Parts: sequence; C-alpha cells; structure tokens
Amino acid sequence: MSAPRELPIATNGDVVVVRQQVRSLAAEIGLSLVDQTKIVTAASELARNALVHAGGGRVLIEVLEGGRRPGLRLVFSDDGPGIPDVDQALTEGWSTAGGLGLGLSGSRRLVDEFDLVSAPGEGTRVTVTKWAR
Amino acid sequence: MTVPAEAARRRIVDLFLSSEERLLQRWTQLSGASPGELRDLYQALRTALSSEDGDFADVRGLLAELSRARVRQGHTPSDTARLVFSLKEALYEVAEADGGPEALRGFVWFSRLVDDLGLYTFESYTAAREKIIIDQTEQLLELSTPVVKLWEGIVAVPLVGTLDSARTQVVMEKLLQTLVDTGSEHAVIDITGVPAVDTQVAQHLLKTVVAARLMGAECVISGIRPQIAHTIVTLGIEFGDIVTKASLADALSYALSRSGVEITGAARTRVAVRAERA
Repeated sequence: MSAPRELPIATNGDVVVVRQQVRSLAAEIGLSLVDQTKIVTAASELARNALVHAGGGRVLIEVLEGGRRPGLRLVFSDDGPGIPDVDQALTEGWSTAGGLGLGLSGSRRLVDEFDLVSAPGEGTRVTVTKWAR
Repeated sequence: MTVPAEAARRRIVDLFLSSEERLLQRWTQLSGASPGELRDLYQALRTALSSEDGDFADVRGLLAELSRARVRQGHTPSDTARLVFSLKEALYEVAEADGGPEALRGFVWFSRLVDDLGLYTFESYTAAREKIIIDQTEQLLELSTPVVKLWEGIVAVPLVGTLDSARTQVVMEKLLQTLVDTGSEHAVIDITGVPAVDTQVAQHLLKTVVAARLMGAECVISGIRPQIAHTIVTLGIEFGDIVTKASLADALSYALSRSGVEITGAARTRVAVRAERA
C-alpha cells in the first residue's frame, strides 16, 4: 500500500503531525474506531516521550501487510540519554518529567506488541504494533 | 581573450546606469510588476552600484518590503523571485546590443548579484509567511477557547482540537476569570472536539478542575465518547471523584440539578416544522 515513512519529532507541532498521520493510516487499514484511538494515543505518548526526555527523535510508520490481518507498526527512536532502569520506567506512576507516569506503561496496554530497547547513553527505541481485528 | 574583472564590472554598471529607461521598460514588461515598484528598486540598485563600498542594505530593505507586500497579496514566492530575476533578461538584452566582451563578462558578475537578491526575496517571503502563521496560531489560541454561559451560575468551555500546555494555560485562565466575573459555581468542560485524550491532556484537564475547585466551583467533564473512555481506561488514567458525562446535555442537567434548578417538562412539547418552497 505505502512505503514506510519517517517523520521527525522536534516540536509539539510534530507530535500533532505524527498523530494525524497515524490516525489516517489506522483508518486506511481498517482499524476500528476504538483501536484507532488507542494507537493514536499511544503514538502521542511515545512521540512526546521522545520530545520531552530526549529533546526529539523520529518515528518510522509502517503498514504491515501480507499476514492474515493488516497491522500498523510504529518505531520511535531517539538519541537521548537512554533509560537506566527499563522496569522502573514501565512502573505505573513513575515519572521523571512531572507527568502522570502512565505514558509508557499505558502505551504498552494500548497496543498489541510492545518492545523497548534502551541503555544509558545509547538512546531509546520503542516499537509498537497494532493489528486489525 | 581575457578581460580584467574590474573593467567588466565597470562596463556593465555603466550600461546599467546609462540605459535606465530601456531597462525599466523591458523589466516592467517581463515581470508584470508595477513600474513604480521597479523604479524604486532601480534607484536603490543604482545608488548601491555607484557607491564605493557596494552597500546593498537599501536594496535588501526594499526587497524585503516588496516580499511582505506580495505575501499579503497572495503571490507565490516564485513570482516574487521571478520579478527580480527578470532584471537579468532585461540587462542581457542591453549587454548583447553592446556586444563587447567586457559587457558580457560583466553580465555574468551582475547576474550572480541578481541571483543573490532573488534568493533574498525568497528568504524574506518565507520569513513574512512564517510570521503570519505565528500570528494566526496565536489568534487561534485566543479564538478557540470561548467560555460560554449556559445558565445563571453555570459556564461551559467547549474544547476543540489539540490540548497542549499553551492552550490549557489559556483555557484555565479564561475559565477561572469567567468563574469570578459571573459568580458561577458550576463549570462544564466539554471535550467532544478533542480528538485524542492522552496522559498530557488528562493531566491538563485534572489541573484545570483542581484549580476551579480551589475557587469553590464544581467542574463536570463532558463529551467523553466511547473510544475515548476505552482509551482512558486502558491507559490507566483515573479521574477520581471528578464528575464526567457522555454529553453536554447530561452535564447541563446535572449542573442544573446540583444548583437547585428544577426542570418540569411541559405537558406536551410541540415542535412545528414547516418546509417552504422558494
């Protein structure tokens, strides 16, 4: 359908663009309204994380086809300070930015597949996938 | 055949200065701009070229002004740049008529100068456009956050679009001020028009509600659509004891009953709809 596209995340405006792109692609591959909202919200959380904690990053948006059902995969990556303790970062209510502390843990619940790779000084890469039902 | 650069430069400047009328006429023809604009530009260029230090500040100033004016008139940046570039063509005709090697070599130098000026208009055009966008964003920020009075003692804020920190700040300030001004004790924050509620939006909403509470007002959040409710639950956001309603109508009737207004339905509500043909 469409080649993977990469979007920059450098400003709050970029977060809005990411949200809009994800929403239109999610609708295109036939995700239900609830699932659309879920992946859009997860995208919003992860994009903002990249912006707030790493000062910016990028997202690769990919439509997965060929399987039994279509899916949407988002890869958020940044070159920020990285996460020293991934388990702690995924704990409910843990926030280093004065937020609710639900962004990362909540995003994990909003999607079907969630993968977080990070080490101090090496940036962070979060891959999430949502499959159409 | 080598021509000293200095001589070439002098020759083309001479040609430029001596064939004012012809250049202006041809330039106007090629660019389709008003002769007045071009004459001003020509005068500024002439001053810059005749001066010893080659100071183009005035020319740039004029070009920036021209670009700004053209943004407002809705011209494309290519149009504006083409206006400047067409001077090259006009001058080339003059140089060709002269035919001398100095004139042609000088023309290459001159054309580089015009390229720079053309690019400069492009830059000013973009800068002017960006300024307009920033202004509009600010205006939108103001516009998109009305606080409306629904009933005596009940105000509502219909939120539309993205709720970022800047917007929330404006919303919160306006809401709190309106609560004071109208002496209202109930506020309804309607998020029907907010496409996605993530943790940041939720946090902003919670803060606004807490601030309103500190002032003695009770807040109801309305317009929670099914998919938003689903997402909020999955994210794990808790609204605690904040009252939330599915629609603005529900929120209004809740606020009315809380403020002691009784609604008694008339025995029969008659709604007459009549279609008229024109």
